[in-house]
Amino acid sequence: MLVIKNGRVYDPINGVKGEIRDIYIEGGKIVGKPEHITKDTISIDADGMIVMPGGIDMHAHIAGSKVNMGRKLCPEDHYEHFRVAERGLRSGVGSRVPTTFMTAYRYVEMGYTTVVEAASAPLVTRHTHEELRDMPSVDKAILITMGNNEILMDRISQGKIDEARDIVAWLLKSTGGYGVKVVNPGGVENWKWGGNVESWDDEVRHFDISSRKLINTLVTIVDELKLPHSVHLHGINLGLPGNADTTAEIIKDIPGRLHLCHLQFMSYGRNKKGGLRSDAWTVAEVLNGHPNVTMDVGQIVFGNAVTMTSDGPLEYRIQKMTGHKWCNDDVECETGGGIVPLEYKIKSVSSAVQWITGMELFLLTKDPWQLALTTDHPNAGPFFCYPQVVRLLMDKDYRDHFISLLPPKAFKGSVLRELNREYTLYEIAIITRAAPAKILGLPEKGHLGIGADGDVAVYDPNQFGKRKCLCSFKPCLRALDFPSWVIKGGEIVVRDGVILRDIPGVVYRVNPSYDGLIEDKIREDFERYYTLSFDNYPVQEEYLKDTKGVACQ
Amino acid sequence: MKIEKNVVCTFCGCLCDDITLTIENNNITKVEKACANGRGLFEGYDPHFRAPRVNGKEVAFPEAIKEASNILSSARYPLIYGLSSTSVEAQRISVQLAETIGASIDSTSSVCHGPTGLAMQSVGESTCTLGEIKNRADLLVFWGCNPLVSHSRHFARYSAMPKGRFISEGRKDRKVVVVDVRRSETAKSADLFIQIRQGYDYEVLLAIKALLKGKVLSATEVGGVPTELLQQFVHTMKSCRYGVIFFGMGLTMTKGRDLNVREVFSLVRELNNYTRFSAMPMRGHGNVTGADQVMSWLCGYPFAINFSKGYPRYGPGEFTAVDLLSGREADALLVIASDPVAHFPAEAVRYIENIPSIVIDPVESLTAKIATVYFPTAMYGVDCEGTAYRMDSVPLRLKAPLERQRKSDEEVLEAIFEGVKEC
Amino acid sequence: MQVCTLISGRTLEQAKGMHGGKNNDGYKKAVEKAFLSPLLLEKLGLSEGEEILLTTPYGSVRVKTCADMGLPEDVVFMPMGPMVNLLVGPETEGTGMPSFKGLKVEVDKAR
Repeated sequence: MLVIKNGRVYDPINGVKGEIRDIYIEGGKIVGKPEHITKDTISIDADGMIVMPGGIDMHAHIAGSKVNMGRKLCPEDHYEHFRVAERGLRSGVGSRVPTTFMTAYRYVEMGYTTVVEAASAPLVTRHTHEELRDMPSVDKAILITMGNNEILMDRISQGKIDEARDIVAWLLKSTGGYGVKVVNPGGVENWKWGGNVESWDDEVRHFDISSRKLINTLVTIVDELKLPHSVHLHGINLGLPGNADTTAEIIKDIPGRLHLCHLQFMSYGRNKKGGLRSDAWTVAEVLNGHPNVTMDVGQIVFGNAVTMTSDGPLEYRIQKMTGHKWCNDDVECETGGGIVPLEYKIKSVSSAVQWITGMELFLLTKDPWQLALTTDHPNAGPFFCYPQVVRLLMDKDYRDHFISLLPPKAFKGSVLRELNREYTLYEIAIITRAAPAKILGLPEKGHLGIGADGDVAVYDPNQFGKRKCLCSFKPCLRALDFPSWVIKGGEIVVRDGVILRDIPGVVYRVNPSYDGLIEDKIREDFERYYTLSFDNYPVQEEYLKDTKGVACQ
Repeated sequence: MKIEKNVVCTFCGCLCDDITLTIENNNITKVEKACANGRGLFEGYDPHFRAPRVNGKEVAFPEAIKEASNILSSARYPLIYGLSSTSVEAQRISVQLAETIGASIDSTSSVCHGPTGLAMQSVGESTCTLGEIKNRADLLVFWGCNPLVSHSRHFARYSAMPKGRFISEGRKDRKVVVVDVRRSETAKSADLFIQIRQGYDYEVLLAIKALLKGKVLSATEVGGVPTELLQQFVHTMKSCRYGVIFFGMGLTMTKGRDLNVREVFSLVRELNNYTRFSAMPMRGHGNVTGADQVMSWLCGYPFAINFSKGYPRYGPGEFTAVDLLSGREADALLVIASDPVAHFPAEAVRYIENIPSIVIDPVESLTAKIATVYFPTAMYGVDCEGTAYRMDSVPLRLKAPLERQRKSDEEVLEAIFEGVKEC
Repeated sequence: MQVCTLISGRTLEQAKGMHGGKNNDGYKKAVEKAFLSPLLLEKLGLSEGEEILLTTPYGSVRVKTCADMGLPEDVVFMPMGPMVNLLVGPETEGTGMPSFKGLKVEVDKAR
């Protein structure tokens, strides 16, 4: 048994708002106060400390084919950022795209214990599982890209919705995936001919189906399958001036549950010259009226980033704009992808507009349960900069200082300067723990009630900002960055900010039910269009040993 | 007798996964659908138990492990090399071993597509999986590669011949162009063969890029190719729907090396302003792509890695095997499933003969023949399971159709890993 | 004597030889040969099957000749393997890759 004594506990799912409580953990789970405290009970003195459930990153690119391409692409990212193998822990390198062990260690060092890989093409999800096996001490889940899947689009355009539903379920099962990711629905398919989609009613070439029909059908299917997590949507027109309109349109139109990821990139207006301005106001307004829709922000962090996404045409546009090195990867029958490294500069008007847009989304969204903190790592910035974002949300003076550093032009049409809201620690616990757990549908995560996983982060408020930030960004101040203790599954993995050991993490997956005949129905198409045998396609059990099923109900 | 279907062939980077094997008494008696190379791999394989050897004498396994562990832990600068014909599982433990003993670790990439990795790191890479080529590509360019010999089913299964979703007629719907210094077997089956002078790939690629951008060349020929023909080639590339350039050692092994490939990548990038285009290296060994992948996710770099400071450092030309051996820096060598004695320049080979070496290989290679310690192991994908990555980075599960009678590479490496910890 | 460019690469025979084991005669036969254009053979006053001496700054080998119509007059092709590697230098120009293709080589009748 382990007991964390006298901490100020923030557990929003159970309504605990900073009260002094003791937390008991046994067998990896949170338990009630036992009648007798046994002798071998380990006691952690959390007097004066902040106790929260382990953090949950519900949208990050941490493992798999595209991420690894990014690692390989950016050796210059790694040279100065390294970790020596010692005390039984593994070595690693990297800042924007860290190696697998390094990724795990950086999350744990921040008090995060659950991470979701945001996009994996079914064809290469075996690879994603392989990398997750080398990412200890955090629990993980994989979202499977389906927004441009040709076999699925065939069925939807033929009106065979039952078959489409079976295919979605079959894809999740055969990849060991957790949820359905949709990226630029139809746009990526069109990119394979050099095109894209610009409105929800644009056609997907050769498939006689619109982007809207595609996303609406998938949302309905996911609800019918009762998946714990809704469709996870990266919409259309990402990064383009005026895209707040297409975003608002889909929020209003969608027939079910929907999660919008890195919404900051999707909430821009158009200034008089056609350039970027923040229109978070419009999007937040619509979002506030649609509780069926949730989002994560994808906040910009100034400094180096690597954009990597399944949105192939987007990355093509970014390389045209920047001239930076560019990878593109078209994945047969399923999706695409691209990578461009770039820097968000504090003196650049467009970077500043993006930063402002994210901040406004945080501050204008009324219900924190609809929102999760992310930087769409490494797209808008690296995940280890979350403590800086937390500080910006909690500390108006710091935010004002930051605002004073930005080019004034960037504030045209922005309401940020007038927003005085400061997040409380309780609200921070919502957007970094409780809300992502609820949105993902992970009942054992994000809280400290009886039966929850024994994942706990204990922070000493006097130690905020203790860890030297990697971002080498002078105005960086941090909060909740240096946990004194991190407990994962009841085991102490961090003490005084130092990682003690690797422990295994699980990979969450779902097993929705479907008509097994679907395999016979798609086998022929599959073997005609893919380049591997149908029987070799599903991820074999060997890769799923550390997975844990979450019920669909 | 048993029939095993959908077996993956690990001979080359195509990883064809449709092979049918007939097995009698733990022997492969019939191989269907494979090419000659693939058949050779399965038919020529003898799975019988063979004991490890130390200094040419057969010994018990623990004794061989002890000797190997001693060699590695007493070395000041050990080198781990090979990895392209083994499973991801063995590659992972190799990296961990390198980390533990502070070794350099390098794969056969350094003598095949290492320069391609360098080119990718400087400009990026527009690429795709093989199925996109099957379904869409109406123009295939093979530059400095000879798939009819090295990747015999590439044409039939992935590129020139197959019918795809948007290529209803197969070969008829595609144009095949070969660029090479010699009229290879592949060149003979092309619609257009462009013969360039040896060593002029870089110049020809630059000229093509200039023409693509609308520049007028004053030269009437570049690298032995008439400018007019290059102009025609540029027109062909610009006007296709989906094109691809496959390239091989003809670019990476010759003058210019990574710069040649860099020009391919930047040409393809430029072509995407007119139509859709991809580039793909013709990766040779069955899992050389996996070696790149594993080292990238564990070390951040695809090859040429050194752990002497306890974390991975990158140094092509410095931590690459040929340089460490011909420069007489490494003082012990661990080779996994490759044959540097057969494939390295003579000076490096002579040095290998002077240092203690350990070889882990299912086949008795020329390197195994002179090794201090030799472990005959099971063959991945024949009598040993595992994972391998196809040339387009699609991972596949390898089955073990034969019963295993020898240790796997992974098991030997794990035992050595435990062994060095005890030394 | 002629000065040519030496390239090396995979051949079907070499790959086949590997399956039989590199210690076998089949493999040795497959890699211990050089391909020349018929024109070059003629210039050297040789017919196919006769031996030549190849010399680079790194070494010298004696191999049997084969005619290959697909080769330019100034290029000699050898199958990859230990024989050609006696002619290959170890410099990698900072990449790890030696010059397996593109070395200047002196081609002479074997005496």
